[in-house]
Amino acid sequence: MIEISGLTKSYGATTVLDGIDLRVDDGRIAAVVGPSGAGKSTLARCVNLLERPTSGSIMVSGADLAALSGRDLRRARRQIGTVFQSASLLRRLTAAQNIALPMRHQRLPEQEVRRRVGDLLERVGMLHRANHYPSQLSGGQRQRIGIARSLALKPSVLLSDEATSGLDPESTRAILALLTELRDDLGVTILVITHEMDVVRGIADHVAQLDHGRIVEQGTVADVVRRSDSPLATALLPMPPVVAAPELRQWRLRLEGTVSPVWLANVSRELGSDVAVLAALIEESGQVPVGRLTVGLEPRLDERRVSDVFRNHGVVAEPGAPAGLHPVLAGGRDAEPAA
Amino acid sequence: MSVFPPLIATPWPDVPGLLLPAVGETARMVVVVMTIVVLLGGPLGLLIFNTSPLGLTPNRAVHVSISWVANLGRSLPFLVLMAAIIPVTKLVFGTTIGFKAAIIPMSVAGVAFFARLTENAVREVPRELLDVGLAIGAGRWQIMSGIQLREALPGLAAGLTLNVIAMIEYSAIAGAIGSGGIGYLAVNYGYRRFDNSIMIACIVLLVVLVQAIQFTGDRVVRALTH
Repeated sequence: MIEISGLTKSYGATTVLDGIDLRVDDGRIAAVVGPSGAGKSTLARCVNLLERPTSGSIMVSGADLAALSGRDLRRARRQIGTVFQSASLLRRLTAAQNIALPMRHQRLPEQEVRRRVGDLLERVGMLHRANHYPSQLSGGQRQRIGIARSLALKPSVLLSDEATSGLDPESTRAILALLTELRDDLGVTILVITHEMDVVRGIADHVAQLDHGRIVEQGTVADVVRRSDSPLATALLPMPPVVAAPELRQWRLRLEGTVSPVWLANVSRELGSDVAVLAALIEESGQVPVGRLTVGLEPRLDERRVSDVFRNHGVVAEPGAPAGLHPVLAGGRDAEPAA
Repeated sequence: MSVFPPLIATPWPDVPGLLLPAVGETARMVVVVMTIVVLLGGPLGLLIFNTSPLGLTPNRAVHVSISWVANLGRSLPFLVLMAAIIPVTKLVFGTTIGFKAAIIPMSVAGVAFFARLTENAVREVPRELLDVGLAIGAGRWQIMSGIQLREALPGLAAGLTLNVIAMIEYSAIAGAIGSGGIGYLAVNYGYRRFDNSIMIACIVLLVVLVQAIQFTGDRVVRALTH
């Protein structure tokens, strides 16, 4: 478990992080997102203890690591494994030697080092590349080695600092799958720092949005995506463009709680009217189905009745602009920009 | 050359007899000086980099003062440096001419040069690799030897090549204070006595020597780069 409280970091008069509170429970994956300049990299450097916070605490397994220095600080750093952006492997060491580096610095017995390097290579699926140099590996492969190296000292917390930036979508998915697998198998707590919303949806249990050095919104991914007026929810699940249907009235829908897989057909039957799907996004996030839709209904239907019927099926419905408006104007309200 | 015909041109068969001992003297000078250069200049360069704002332990006062000292050793043309530190040479060895007297100015110039070359090579190591070292809880010495120097090895080898060639050049200049070696031979026989055979032999030898060192150095750099 890692618990950050009141974390503040200032450089002179400039406050980069302002009272960050964030808690990641054992075996959980939390993501911190935010635009560039929000303080993400400073937060990462505070969490892996490369920067000393101006104030606040970073508790890992009950000990405050933020206040340490010297030998204790070096020892504390080993409890937090960092996966760096673009892996940051030593160019003159092979994959296996890179993984062995933290253990060699600890002067672990050679036999144990060799055994653990073998285990880690196998875990990240890179046994066949053990003696390759970083220049002979792809970006995704390098990052696998970076992950293996971060696990070498058996840390209880793994910090992934923009680890998938610059990787192609397929490699990103593979790396995220690997991180999830590590969480499941080793019970390691993972803090992911990223600017990619796909990463959050793909991996995180908990999400926090950082902006101007503060956490402006946070919660479990399942909760956040259900919020109707939240910028983070919109960023996490951006709506596709709405199909124009001038003769219908638009309704914006949000799945809430568990819904029947055939809820739309049921609603249509109860309303005694056809439902036109104009835009929809439904997927599983945080192990629950989440979704938002824009549908078109006949304008003659009573607003209150429509809302009630939808609510009975676990769907929150908000009426859009009345029918007859210019389709572009009507649709414009729903075409939310991705943050 | 035709205006002043050779007074005593050494016959070609006698050239190796003069040249080979000179090669040995040059080699001895360069080896002794390079040993001092690596042992002192390497750590000095590492210290200059690591006390800089980008280094492991930034310290402005230390950085500025060592940097100033290293510049001092590189600001004078070698011939002037050699003359300027004659009092030091005299103090240390009690003589201002010969092999021993050449060692001191050559070492001063060489150490300053190699310190800068080392600093440059280490600066090329990506900053994130230092962060990697810190994040895995390594100590300063471990980061310097295990990450900085190891990753900078190709750059250091290239610097070493440059430095050896510079020292061969300086050993020739030190011929002016009777250091012995190829340069001494070229100046005293080839230049002052118009001995064309010795002059040509020295030129060819120096060119071949420098080319061979550069070639070897490049091969080593390539072998060290992955």
